[in-house]
Amino acid sequence: MGTMKIDGYPVEFTDEPNILSVIRKAGIDLPTLCYHSELSIYGACRLCNVEDEKGRMFASCSERPRDGMSIKTSTPRLVRYRRMLIELMLASHHRDCTTCVKNGDCELQNLAHRLGVNSVPWGYRQPKHKKDFSSPSIVRDPDKCILCGDCVRVCDDIQGINAIDFANRGTEAMVIPAFNKSIADTDCVNCGQCRVVCPTGAISINTNIRPVWEALADPNIKVFAQVAPAVRVAAGQAFGGPKGENVMGKIVAALHRLGFDEVYDTTFGADMTILEESKEFLEVYKKGGPFPLLTSCCPAWVKFCENRWPEFVPNISTSYSPIQMLGSIAREYYADPAHNEGKKILSVGIMPCTAKKAEILREDLKRDGKQNIDYVLTTEEMITMIKRAGIDFNELESEAADMPFGMGSGGGVIFGNSGGVMEAALRTLCEGSERLEIEKLRQSGVRGPGALREFVFNYKGNEIKAAVVSGLAEANALLQRIHNGESFYHFVEVMACRRGCIMGGGQPAHGGYKTKEARKHGLYESDVNTQIKKSNENPTALAIYDTLIKGREHELLHSHKH
Amino acid sequence: MLDSSFYTKADEILSKHPAQERSLIPILHEIQESYNYVPVELLPYIAKHIGISETKAYSVASFYERFSFEPKGKYIIRVCDGTACHVRQSLPVLERLRAELNLSDKKHTTDDMLFTVETVSCLGACSLAPALMVNDHVHPAMTPDKATKLLQDLREEEAKS
Ligand code: SF4
Ligand code: SF4
Ligand code: SF4
Ligand code: FES
Ligand code: FES
Repeated sequence: MGTMKIDGYPVEFTDEPNILSVIRKAGIDLPTLCYHSELSIYGACRLCNVEDEKGRMFASCSERPRDGMSIKTSTPRLVRYRRMLIELMLASHHRDCTTCVKNGDCELQNLAHRLGVNSVPWGYRQPKHKKDFSSPSIVRDPDKCILCGDCVRVCDDIQGINAIDFANRGTEAMVIPAFNKSIADTDCVNCGQCRVVCPTGAISINTNIRPVWEALADPNIKVFAQVAPAVRVAAGQAFGGPKGENVMGKIVAALHRLGFDEVYDTTFGADMTILEESKEFLEVYKKGGPFPLLTSCCPAWVKFCENRWPEFVPNISTSYSPIQMLGSIAREYYADPAHNEGKKILSVGIMPCTAKKAEILREDLKRDGKQNIDYVLTTEEMITMIKRAGIDFNELESEAADMPFGMGSGGGVIFGNSGGVMEAALRTLCEGSERLEIEKLRQSGVRGPGALREFVFNYKGNEIKAAVVSGLAEANALLQRIHNGESFYHFVEVMACRRGCIMGGGQPAHGGYKTKEARKHGLYESDVNTQIKKSNENPTALAIYDTLIKGREHELLHSHKH
Repeated sequence: MLDSSFYTKADEILSKHPAQERSLIPILHEIQESYNYVPVELLPYIAKHIGISETKAYSVASFYERFSFEPKGKYIIRVCDGTACHVRQSLPVLERLRAELNLSDKKHTTDDMLFTVETVSCLGACSLAPALMVNDHVHPAMTPDKATKLLQDLREEEAKS
């Protein structure tokens, strides 16, 4: 608590962890390249430097505010200093901006522009390293790395994986996997969180735009898309819309314009996941174990569990993730000549997630040796396609998703938030006067800000102990406690990305606190506006048990890993 | 694959240190001293033992110049090319050593594994510039001819042992 002076104006502070936060609160967007409020403080870029009354310069991200202190944020000296820092970064950077994937969205480029860097006195740096295309999810381009360490900290602090880190020293310093091996040979789980925080083009999404675009142009291929819940609350902002607004209607319209023959809603798949997973849970619950049942929706989590906790792999639900559910059922649907019209079918998932690009390749999720989904495009790639085609997104009239897989429940739509899968699953177990029951569940602790939330749900007079966790470092600690016998749960939801898929590795980057909150509320609000709240009351999902599944649940809706 | 003797040696060194992250550097030092280099294959092994990721172990081991992933010669000659030594003609010394030993800025170690020639930035002996070190021993005020003589002496010493 106290008051400090920023550029001569008094500003109050309360519990801000550092001076930088106070400055930002005061409405000054101080440049930074290595500060993320949820990561440990690194203090490497020095762009956040400020000057105090004695002319001392220091990094505002690394000092606490003190009552009565007075600082300046843009003295001529600071401005010169910042410009020089960017010049130095650019000097050792392969700055082919015009053809870089990050062009237009790059924080280094933006700052160079904003701080008035109009020449780099030290010549041009040619690329020295090979790009790493080994992962289906992310591409590494070490020549673009400015050594800010953001990716290292997110991968280590939040995900507990440490697939990449600093190596070597001085001018040879790089951020790479151990022994400079390719990222696919590490424990990387493809979550893409490193790509979200990377300010430059050094880590980007491994894109599949080209093959999809070619298929869209081919009259002999019927291309259909499914759009995941989290996509709809993240895309609008890229077209200048409000943060977190649900723009599903416009996305459907835009994808139709791009040439997708049908556009389905992965919320339908989410309802299928819940139908199967809640059955599975009740079976396990009645059998008395093995507990906890662990959710299977997040492929980064599944891979993490396989890498680190093989003992818990049998506890992972066999139910397909939503994308696989819809993909698998659509394969059945399009096997019918009446539906495929004699054409080849191409199945595309539009996802907030880079790990889904890896999930679709998994052997245990193939049926008859064939993938259930041909390509995954992330929200970012979808936005790129819409922009590239010159579609005026804001002028589009909303369209409804196509049937028969275009309808989902409110339970399905909240899947994109951490806690959503758990809430949707438990909703199906709600009885009695339902509106009240659903409300009670909502307030049980399943929602909330923490990375770990534990709560108890009453089911027919029995207690179901549940936990919801996001971020793999947190999940790791939870599994350790379960392993040690210190914690016990019947049912645990794990999402690799903090806050869930709304903050997935394929979502538009630069999401600050307001964006995160807005996306979350966007999905909860979509639930409020949906008439059908419970997955097990989605009539279209229930109907396909008679028309398409016909008793083949095990074959069509479950993974075959165990 | 490394010969199993390396792991036996590593086990011996590991047993002397608590299995904690902060043991990493002391362990690497001992390994470096035992072999004159740190076989990279040992890093995942050490990392696992002390409970850190192999990425961290690699990060630390690749940072410090003291640790080398390449096998080094019995005599490691570090020619200082810091400012003081540079202005007092350290480069001709370096060039003479390389010429005599058939080494270059790419090839640091002789095929008989006897000599390694490297540069360092400042040995902290600037008043003795230009300086070099042979293993732990500083040789002051070097000239190219003194460098040739130094190699002769070392070879003689080696022949005696
Ligand atoms: S994708 Fe995830 S696991 Fe892989 S390097 Fe990036 S942050 Fe780490
Ligand atoms: S890869 Fe990106 S996030 Fe990681 S250190 Fe380099 S610039 Fe920073
Ligand atoms: S939390 Fe969601 S977006 Fe993140 S890796 Fe898992 S499935 Fe993908
Ligand atoms: S943001 Fe403070 S040093 Fe980078
Ligand atoms: S510069 Fe050579 S010892 Fe200091």
